[in-house]
Amino acid sequence: MATTAISTPAYGGEYSGEQSGLWSWLSTVDHKRIGILYLYTALFFFMFGGLEAVIIRAQLGAPNQHLVSAEFYNQLFTMHGTTMIFLAIMPLSAAFFNFLIPLQIGARDVAFPRLNAFSYWVYLFAGIFITVPIFFAVAPNGGWFGYAPLTTKPYSPGLNIDFWVIGLQILGVSSLAAAFNFLTTIINLRAPGMTLMRMPMFTWMAFIVQVLLVLAFPVITIALVFLLFDRSFGTNFYNTVSAGADPLLWQHLFWIFGHPEVYILVLPAFGLVSEVLPTYSKKPLFGYPVMVYSGILIAVLGFGVWAHHMFAVGMGPIADTFFGLTTMLIAIPTGVKIFNWIATMAQGAIRYTTSMLFGISLVALFTIGGISGIMHSSPPADLQQTDTYFIVAHFHYVLFGGSIMGIFAGIYHYFPKIMGRLMDEKLGKIHFWLTFVAMNLTFFPMHFSGMLGMPRRIYTYDAGQGWDLYNAMSSAGAMIFPIAMAIFIYNFFVSRKRGEIAGSNPWGAGTLEWTIPSPPPEYNFARIPTVTSRYPIWEGKEVDHADARFNAQEGKTPADLGIVMPYNTIKPLFVALGLVIMFCGLITTRALIGVGAAIMIFSLYSWLLSPLEPEHH
Amino acid sequence: MTASVTHTSAPASHHYTTLGIDSRKIAIWAFIGSECMLFVSLISTYLIYKGRSIVGPFPHEAWTDPATGHVLKPILNIPVTSASTFVLLMSSLFMVLALAAVQNKEKPKHTRGDRILGNSKLWLWMTAAAGTTFLGFQAFEFTSFVHEGLTIRTNLFGSSFFTLTGFHGAHVTAGVLWLVTLLAIDYRRGLGSRDSLLVDIAALYWHFVDVIWIVIFTLVYLIK
Repeated sequence: MATTAISTPAYGGEYSGEQSGLWSWLSTVDHKRIGILYLYTALFFFMFGGLEAVIIRAQLGAPNQHLVSAEFYNQLFTMHGTTMIFLAIMPLSAAFFNFLIPLQIGARDVAFPRLNAFSYWVYLFAGIFITVPIFFAVAPNGGWFGYAPLTTKPYSPGLNIDFWVIGLQILGVSSLAAAFNFLTTIINLRAPGMTLMRMPMFTWMAFIVQVLLVLAFPVITIALVFLLFDRSFGTNFYNTVSAGADPLLWQHLFWIFGHPEVYILVLPAFGLVSEVLPTYSKKPLFGYPVMVYSGILIAVLGFGVWAHHMFAVGMGPIADTFFGLTTMLIAIPTGVKIFNWIATMAQGAIRYTTSMLFGISLVALFTIGGISGIMHSSPPADLQQTDTYFIVAHFHYVLFGGSIMGIFAGIYHYFPKIMGRLMDEKLGKIHFWLTFVAMNLTFFPMHFSGMLGMPRRIYTYDAGQGWDLYNAMSSAGAMIFPIAMAIFIYNFFVSRKRGEIAGSNPWGAGTLEWTIPSPPPEYNFARIPTVTSRYPIWEGKEVDHADARFNAQEGKTPADLGIVMPYNTIKPLFVALGLVIMFCGLITTRALIGVGAAIMIFSLYSWLLSPLEPEHH
Repeated sequence: MTASVTHTSAPASHHYTTLGIDSRKIAIWAFIGSECMLFVSLISTYLIYKGRSIVGPFPHEAWTDPATGHVLKPILNIPVTSASTFVLLMSSLFMVLALAAVQNKEKPKHTRGDRILGNSKLWLWMTAAAGTTFLGFQAFEFTSFVHEGLTIRTNLFGSSFFTLTGFHGAHVTAGVLWLVTLLAIDYRRGLGSRDSLLVDIAALYWHFVDVIWIVIFTLVYLIK
């Protein structure tokens, strides 16, 4: 390659190789640092949402308790769902998208580094915006699905729902900006030879998720705009009383977004596990092309199953049959994935690391959640189960057993790449077993309390309905989670400082991200590799190994290698700040809208008119 | 310098791309895909609520107020909107000419016609002016509807009509601002063929907004 021929460019004053301190984090455009920001922020919100769940379970631990009021209970379950979905699982996935996509496809950064920083700051500010109200007991209280007309002004007059509508609207901006960025990155920044069918499975699933985000988020944006207009300007979109609006409009719009959202939550975890299982089985992923096609099929079918959330509203036999059938169909590509993971492990030289344990538990627990999902794909069965704890059990098996277990598998697997040190395996395994036991003790009994008729979203219940024991079990399980998380957090921070030095490829994995030092240098790849196979380390040709040797060298600065790095900039943060101030104006004083818009537009022009990186000719 | 050669031949270059095209072009297509779903949601809601308003005014039919006996005429003014639609469609032609002018900036111009066609400022101005004219028509339409008794609060038609066409108008406004920004760059340092991409992505957005209007005009105004 021509690396030696390129002369060392003169760097502008803004960029310095070694970066530390608060300012470097506020102004960073490095996808790895933004990924770390996402990771920390999302872990914080994960614990916050977990705390809300612990209070919920404390309240439900025994019949007729009054630990919290009915009104505050509504805020707790709404914010638990909203936090876990939008502020924890999606951003935890985004942390991996950020950190891994460029490393897995052999790129120096994402396609738009500053837009990437913008996405993070919008997420952070929106997360604060939507979370703070709970401290003043004015948090959103209409459920994470916010069904209108219940959430319109006559039925929800307080500010609670306004925080929810505006908060989600801002988060949508963050998700969409990130989706355009990652989509473009995966399409256009793949290294030579990194064909689509050689991409690591995590990047493939990330790719599919970005498509889902791009197509699903505008729908909830519009549903929220209607609700915002109804609440703020007196429009009639959800006014069923005097204007004849359709009471199902919100449900349709919400679930056209909401069901793809389920796959947005779980496919990244599927991708992570598809990296974890082959590594600790020392075998390539079984049926790679089928894994890709089944992921695509899940995404396509995911847009055709939304009304299975609405069987109870009485859509008629034709709609019920159609959505029942599509829902059963989507089990096929999902089942294919389960079997492929099992086949990947079959006859492998399995190492039971913490990451592998989390990975295997995803396969097992997601299967349980998938099977209960197939049970309520049948409308008559669903009518018995809908709005009961059976549904709560189902979606916690897919979202905790699926997404969270997969994300923990990913954290233990990639921690050494991110931090350069190994996490403690002994503590990790304690964390795993506590989580595994807590998860099943909490959520498995909910199948039974649900089947016995216990409805969701009630803040207390009478004794003697057969629910007491199951609720006591669920609550006991929920109390184990904080212990497990405390061990995880302790392990995380101690290992970050004092863990064993990892080296570039501690697990003997096969993909590109393991060819470079841990933590990776700011430019990722000293030279952009040429890729000849799906697992360049395991089955690559001489050119792969030569690139890997070159890229494994440590301690080279971008200047040594003639690599032009983008400038750090604070502008994306200010655009995000202006955007959020502008939205705040909708519920405080309208003058803030102008102030926010001014900050946003000024910072945006300043951003667009300043160069990304030094000239390099 | 052989800039184009180093771009394509040196993988170490920062600007290596898999498809050999600028990432911004891919991003604008992804953005347009997303915008399609935005307008699909708005248009679907309009169509679902079509004919379901309890009180008038209605788009295509007269309505007698049972309380007062007042007769309200059908509210949509199709001839006027046809004119504004024509202006917006013409703006797409101007946009094409603006892009061609920027792409061919460095080519020699021999005739007066060449010079007019090659004047990027002229065509950018024309596009922005046509967009602004369209917005003027929309402002006129909105105010006259309010005078005739249709606001965003009146009925389902008013809510869905003003939101749908208002969203489109906001998109046109953003497009005009974009064009004005390009004009500012053109006046400050001159847009040349190296800036084609800047104009190209603006043009893709502009044409998209036009196409959406054709759909809206057909479904809202022409089909009764």
